[in-house]
Amino acid sequence: MTVDSTAARKPRRSSGKRAGAKKATGSEPELVQLLTPEGDRVEHPDYAIDLTPGELRGLYRDMVLTRRFDGEATTLQRQGELGLWASLLGQEAAQIGSGRATRDDDYVFPTYREHGVAWCRGVDPVNLLGMFRGVNNGGWDPNENNFHLYTIVIGSQALHATGYAMGAAMDGTDSAVVAYFGDGASSQGDVAEAFTFAAVYNAPVVFFCQNNQWAISEPTERQTRVPLYQRAQGYGFPGVRVDGNDVLAVLAVTRAALERARTGQGPMLVEAYTYRMGAHTTSDDPTRYRRDEERELWEAKDPILRLRAHLEKEGLADEAFFTALEAESDALAKRVRDTVRTMPDPEPLAMFEHTYADGHALVDEERAQFAAYQASFADEESN
Amino acid sequence: MSTEKLSIAKAINASLRTALENDPKVLIMGEDVGKLGGVFRVTDGLQKDFGENRVIDTPLAESGIVGTAIGMALRGYRPVVEIQFDGFVFPAYDQIVTQLAKMHARALGKVKLPVVIRIPYGGAIGAVEHHSESPEALFAHVAGLKVVTPSNASDAYWMLQQAIQSDDPVIYFEPKRRYHDRSEVDTAAIPGPLHAARTVREGTDLTLVAYGPMVKTCLEAAAAAAEEGKSLEVLDLRSVSPIDFDAIQRSVEKTRRLVVVHEAPVFFGSGAEIAARITERCFYHLEAPVLRVGGYHAPYPPSRLEDEYLPGLDRVLDSVDRALAY
Repeated sequence: MTVDSTAARKPRRSSGKRAGAKKATGSEPELVQLLTPEGDRVEHPDYAIDLTPGELRGLYRDMVLTRRFDGEATTLQRQGELGLWASLLGQEAAQIGSGRATRDDDYVFPTYREHGVAWCRGVDPVNLLGMFRGVNNGGWDPNENNFHLYTIVIGSQALHATGYAMGAAMDGTDSAVVAYFGDGASSQGDVAEAFTFAAVYNAPVVFFCQNNQWAISEPTERQTRVPLYQRAQGYGFPGVRVDGNDVLAVLAVTRAALERARTGQGPMLVEAYTYRMGAHTTSDDPTRYRRDEERELWEAKDPILRLRAHLEKEGLADEAFFTALEAESDALAKRVRDTVRTMPDPEPLAMFEHTYADGHALVDEERAQFAAYQASFADEESN
Repeated sequence: MSTEKLSIAKAINASLRTALENDPKVLIMGEDVGKLGGVFRVTDGLQKDFGENRVIDTPLAESGIVGTAIGMALRGYRPVVEIQFDGFVFPAYDQIVTQLAKMHARALGKVKLPVVIRIPYGGAIGAVEHHSESPEALFAHVAGLKVVTPSNASDAYWMLQQAIQSDDPVIYFEPKRRYHDRSEVDTAAIPGPLHAARTVREGTDLTLVAYGPMVKTCLEAAAAAAEEGKSLEVLDLRSVSPIDFDAIQRSVEKTRRLVVVHEAPVFFGSGAEIAARITERCFYHLEAPVLRVGGYHAPYPPSRLEDEYLPGLDRVLDSVDRALAY
C-alpha cells in the first residue's frame, strides 16, 4: 500500500497484541484502542475495561440492530417512504460505545445522525423516522429518555447541552450531559462558545465529537489544522482521541469522561476517530469528492466485524446467538417498515399546534381563517 | 405601601428582584449583570443579594448566553437573559430564531422554553454605532417568539413579571432613552393582559399608535396638536407580537385616521403590518391612508444626525397634518 499524505493522517492499522496507546505516522496523535481491527484485546495505560461475555454480546447486538435499522431506513428512503435519511453506517461503535456509557439520569443532545445513541437511550427507532418522513420535526418527548430532539443546525446543541449541564450542577445532582457533534461542527462558533462556557463554569458535559472525516464533501483538513481533540487544551480541559470503530475503547473513554464530569472535574472532549461509510445523506453523492480506496481502508476497520471476530476467537458467542440476532434484526426491520408505511400524515391544522405554549392571538386568527377556508371546500363537495 | 415613584430602570430592577424572590428557578444571565449591575445598572445589587449562581456574569458571547439559557430552560430553569445593547443581539439571532422560537413546536409541546431576553433598544442617547437600533420587527416576524416593550415604569415592572411567568420565549425591549423617566408603580396591582394595548390619551380626530420610547413623543405631539384644536388619540401598543389589532380597530373606527410611529425603519417595520391589517379591517371607516413615521432605509446614522433620523414631535405632527388633509 502506498502511503500518501492523506493516508498519513489516518491511524495505522494495528497488528497483533500491542499497547493500545499508539503513535501513528509522523505527527499523528495517539489513539486509544482496546480492540484491534483483527478482534484482539489490547491494554491501554489510562483506560481499562472488563466486560462480561454477556455485556460484550450486548454491545454486538446493539451495533447489529442499529446497522440493520439504519439500512432499512436507507431502503425506505429509496422507496419514497422517507424524504431523506442520514445514515450512521460505519459509526456504530462510536455511538453504541458512548451511548452505553451514559446513565438513565444523564442527558444527551444529539445531532441528526445519532440513531445508535437513541437506541441506547431507549428511544423507539420508529420515532426517529417521523422527521425524515416529513410528518413532524422531531416529535418524541425528550424527557422520556433524556434524549433531546435531533438538531439540524450544526453545532447549536452544544450550547444547549452546556446550559443543561450547568443547570444539573446547580441542582446538586451528579448527572452528566453528552453533547454530540461532528468534525464539521467543530468549526461552528456555537461549539467554540460551548467549550468556553463549559470550561469557565466547570460544567459536567462531555463533548463527543464523531470525526467521521467528512462534512458532506469537505475533509477534516478543511476544518482544522490540528487534531480536533487538541482543541480542548486551549480551553483548559482535557481532550482525547479514541478509535471510534472500537466499541470497547469508546465505552471506556466515555465512561471515564462522564465520571470526571460527575465528580466535579468539568468538561472533556472525546474525539471518536471514525468514518462515514455512506453518503452524508441520501441526497449526497460521495463519488464526486472521495476515492473508493479510502472507503476500503476503513472497511477493514469495521466496528461490527472486529467485535464479531473477538467474540468468535474467544468463544464468547455461539452460532445460536448469531442466528437469533439475525432473526431479531429481521423482525426489527419488518416492524420499522410496516410502521413507517402506515405512519399517517398530520392533519393540516396541526401546523398551528404548539407554536406557543400560552397561545398567541395571530395564530388563533390564522388557524380559524385556514379552518374556514378548508371547510369551504367541504361545502362544495357536499353540494 | 405598595405604590412608589420609580424610574423605568429601577422598576425593571424591582421586577427582577421580585421574580428572583418568588421563584427559585428564575436566573439572570448576561454580560456585566453581576458585580457591575449591568452597564445601565438595571441589575444593580441583585448578585450581591442572590449570589453568583442566580445572577450570572457570562462570557462575552451572545450566542453562548442564549444557547446555554435554552439548555437551562430545558433543565427547568427560567432564565432572564440580558443582551447589553440592541445591536449586539445578532450573534444570538441564530439561537433565538432556529432554536428558541421553534423548540416547543418541534417537540410537539413536550418541552417549554420560558426564556426572557431583555434588550435595551432605541436611539437618542448619543451613542456610537450598534447602540441605538430598534430591531423589534426582526423578532416579531418569527413565529414562536413574543415581543413586548413597556413605555413607563409600571408597565416595565408588570410586563416583565408577566414575561417571566410566560411559558413562551419573550423578547422584552427596554426603551433605554427613557430608563430614567419616573412614574408611579403599584407592585400590588392586578395587571391587565400582557399583550393588550392601552389608550393613553383619548381623542377624536386621529389615532397615533406607538410603543416603547415613542409613546412619550406621541403624547407630546398630541398635546401640541391640541393647542391647534386637533384631538389626537394615543394608543400605547405595549406588545409587538402579538399585536392588539382589536384595540387599534376600535380607535380607528372612531377617529378614521391612523398614524403609526416607531424608531425602527419604516420599510417592513411593524407599522407596515399595522397599516395592512387596519386597512383590511377598517377599509370603509378610513378617511386617509394609514401613514407611518419611523427610521429611514439607511444605516443608523452617527449620533450627531440621529435627531434627524428619529421621529420627533415635528415629524409626527407633519404626518398628522398630512393625514388630516385627506
